[in-house]
Amino acid sequence: MTYIAKPKFHHPGLTKNRLGYTHRDYEGKISTLCAGCGHDSITASIIEACYELSIEPHRVAKISGIGCSSKTPDYFLGNSHGFNSVHGRMPSVLTGANLANRDLIYLGVSGDGDSASIGFGQFAHSIRRGVNMTYIVENNGVYGLTKGQFSATADRGSKSKKGVINTDSAVDLVAIALQLGASFVARSFSGDKTQLVPLIAAAIEHKGAAFLDVISPCIAFNNHAGSTKSFDYVREHNDAVNRLDVLTGREPIAVDYAPGTVQVVEQHDGSKIALRKIDADYDAHDRVGALAFLQKHAAKGQIVTGLLYVDPDSEDLHSHLNTVEQPLNRLEADVLCPGSAALDKINASLR
Amino acid sequence: MSVQSPISSVNDFVVRFANVNGSGSASANELFARAILRHGVPVSPRNIFPSNIQGLPTWYEVRVTEDGHLGARGGVDMMVAMNPQTWDKDVAAIEPGGYLFYDSTKPLPQTKFRADITVIGVPLTAITNSTYSDPRQRQLFKNIIYLGALCALLDMDPKLIEQLIGEQYKGKEKLLSSNVHALHLGRDWALQNLKCPIGLRVKKADKVGDRIFIEGNNAAALGAVYGGATVCAWYPITPSSSLADAFATHCRRLRQDPETGKARYAIVQGEDELASIGIVIGAGWNGARAFTATSGPGISLMTEFIGLSYFAEIPAVIMNVQRAGPSTGMPTRTQQCDILACAYASHGDTKHVLLFPEDPAEAFEFAAQAFDLAERLQTTIFLMLDLDIGMNHRLCRPLKWDDARQYDRGKVMTAQMLDEGRDFGRYLDVDGDGIPYRTYPGTHPTKGSFFTRGTSRDRYARYSEEGAVYADNMQRLVRKFETAQDMVPRPLQANAAKPTKYGVIYFGSTAPAMDEAIQILEARGHTLDRMRIRAFPFHSSVASFIADHDFVYVVEQNRDAQLRSLIVNENGIDPVRLVPIRHYDGTPITARFIANAIGEHQDQLKLTPLRKVKS
Repeated sequence: MTYIAKPKFHHPGLTKNRLGYTHRDYEGKISTLCAGCGHDSITASIIEACYELSIEPHRVAKISGIGCSSKTPDYFLGNSHGFNSVHGRMPSVLTGANLANRDLIYLGVSGDGDSASIGFGQFAHSIRRGVNMTYIVENNGVYGLTKGQFSATADRGSKSKKGVINTDSAVDLVAIALQLGASFVARSFSGDKTQLVPLIAAAIEHKGAAFLDVISPCIAFNNHAGSTKSFDYVREHNDAVNRLDVLTGREPIAVDYAPGTVQVVEQHDGSKIALRKIDADYDAHDRVGALAFLQKHAAKGQIVTGLLYVDPDSEDLHSHLNTVEQPLNRLEADVLCPGSAALDKINASLR
Repeated sequence: MSVQSPISSVNDFVVRFANVNGSGSASANELFARAILRHGVPVSPRNIFPSNIQGLPTWYEVRVTEDGHLGARGGVDMMVAMNPQTWDKDVAAIEPGGYLFYDSTKPLPQTKFRADITVIGVPLTAITNSTYSDPRQRQLFKNIIYLGALCALLDMDPKLIEQLIGEQYKGKEKLLSSNVHALHLGRDWALQNLKCPIGLRVKKADKVGDRIFIEGNNAAALGAVYGGATVCAWYPITPSSSLADAFATHCRRLRQDPETGKARYAIVQGEDELASIGIVIGAGWNGARAFTATSGPGISLMTEFIGLSYFAEIPAVIMNVQRAGPSTGMPTRTQQCDILACAYASHGDTKHVLLFPEDPAEAFEFAAQAFDLAERLQTTIFLMLDLDIGMNHRLCRPLKWDDARQYDRGKVMTAQMLDEGRDFGRYLDVDGDGIPYRTYPGTHPTKGSFFTRGTSRDRYARYSEEGAVYADNMQRLVRKFETAQDMVPRPLQANAAKPTKYGVIYFGSTAPAMDEAIQILEARGHTLDRMRIRAFPFHSSVASFIADHDFVYVVEQNRDAQLRSLIVNENGIDPVRLVPIRHYDGTPITARFIANAIGEHQDQLKLTPLRKVKS
């Protein structure tokens, strides 16, 4: 419905963030997805998180692959550059963009087909390299645009809309991201905005590969009985381990929780996350423990959500490559070209 | 067997070393080639090697050529047969009257030799083993000992070799002196026991001048440094890996911030070619100069992204060091076989700019220029190298750089231009040259952002499946490609001394063999005008060159005459006018091959003029 122009009027009473932007400044075009699609809720959460963080809207680069999820960057942050690239190849395009200009915020938006099937390799290797990004998978377990085929994240034994039972094992992207060294790993549910918004905000603040798996029911092809990615199923089986409050650059919210249940995590840039524990046994700094916890609960049919792992001392690809602070795309011939004198020396060494 | 007098030649012969891969022979052989250069005599060496790390046969061929013919000649005047595995084949390859140099420690039956060649036996293993006890030393110094013997046999100046060894092991006195010792062990043995020199001799000349000796991959990597490449993403593949390696080496020396020691470049070894080109395109989209180095199989994998670069108009540079295909083909053999695969890479209607350097000097120039072209034209530029140029040392003019030269960053709309109220349409042809303006991500808070996509869109980058909108964009891309014609390196034409009805078109690594073939053909009475094509899209002079001649030979190193097809297709030329001359066995094309193929065709034409056949 891109032919419907979205009105640009602002209600004069709209609240503004620290930079003076309203929510409307973080919106994009009108969504062309199905009414009620979980992806649109994620779009709304991204808008909310960017507003909350007072990010300059044009300082974000939104990069996606192909599929329903990959269309969504057109629907938020309309003043940012977006790149709807090639199926399954968002991670490499994002990596290159990030290398060219380390000063922007990189938001990678992908789907379960895009990241767990055709782009499984690129997903894995971008996580391994520690690219500084927020990698969101809008996970509905199904191919929507091609009308309902199973994706690789569909659980074994779950039923398609046509009644076919999936016999393949499911890829758990969160477990794999943990295993590959992602320094921020979380899972959430598109229908739980209060959990999702602070997770997105914390992921954006994180320096390094932040991976976010968001279960997002497909209203058209995967919201029936027998599906394990339907609204009803996820609500019934959601096992949140913690809740977040992001305290970036503002006064700490008056926290009034039972003693011992709040843990403050300070990230690289000084931002703080207040982690409200729901499951007293869960430690979000324990990668090995997180993996075991996930497996144990998956066996019971539970979907663990929340901030599963964070490494506050993480590094990113630029620190591994020891690149200069100034973005590479701003360097010109004066520093890039060694000049004729250096070339004469090289010539002399080749005689 | 006929009685054959030994070949006698000064500064014009071919020596081939037959070795075992991994035996350390490569550095000794290269030392041999460099030593001849130091005599002021041009050489053209070639590696002939298998896809293997250790154990399989490998050859190094040195063409000694005072006349400066740098193409492969064909034939071997002297075989240094160090590999028992390939002995029979190596002995058979020697020209009648040629020389066989071998390790005579272990006696060989008479049937293993030929009567029409001169056999020179040196007990290399015996000499080596009596001097060295360490097995690795024995292996390495044996190579230097045969170099010493060759020095005596070919009448080379040992001081020049010593000088080279001195430069190589500067500061490593122990290695230096032991190498010089080994050199003299071999030389002294030959002088005492053999008739030196033989008929093949190296005599000091002054034919090298200020030329340099460099591999094409190394030169192209330097071109990338000078051309301002800051992002390199690649996946290892023969014969292109040494290009990325060389880029890394040059960057470490030339591209570090002198104050902080930090890198003004980023190199990523991708998980495959898909990721490599994806990284290049992401970086190009974001305003950095980026490239990848690959070969045929990598090109096949990259094609989806190449289509995206064409359609979404994102700068990228791909350095394709071609090897023999199809499929895995012959990974260590040379060909010019990816012309069509690159010119039309990807599904749908696409066309891409190709640059064809003839040698390392042009590889350097074109590599640097490729980054200007990529940003100016906002598309993929292919630098079409091949294994023959890329992985062999070639004598070429020194690399040159004009310090006044600035990078052409193309049409980039800045925040200031946007604030001044300039109309920004990402795919809007404002200048009539088909090239639109782009903005870098993060330029302006409220203006100039757009959504890049591989789907169809209108001039303002808004999604559209309207037929007219799609066709409008596709037509603009054609206009842009026409604009490219006058930006890319022009063909070089050299006319024969007297008017002729025949012409020849060639490109890339065929150049030195072609230059030599022209001389052979002229000596036989065949005169030809020459045109060396240096880029695609073809300049208008290509069509006029063909129009000016009855027949034009198109010489190339592939089976299907791919450049000829491209000319026919793009310029609407009658295929009968273009006579294909194709060499595709994986060895570099030779002057002898070209002269024979063209000469035969010319002789036929003289016997029965085509007009008479038709009538």
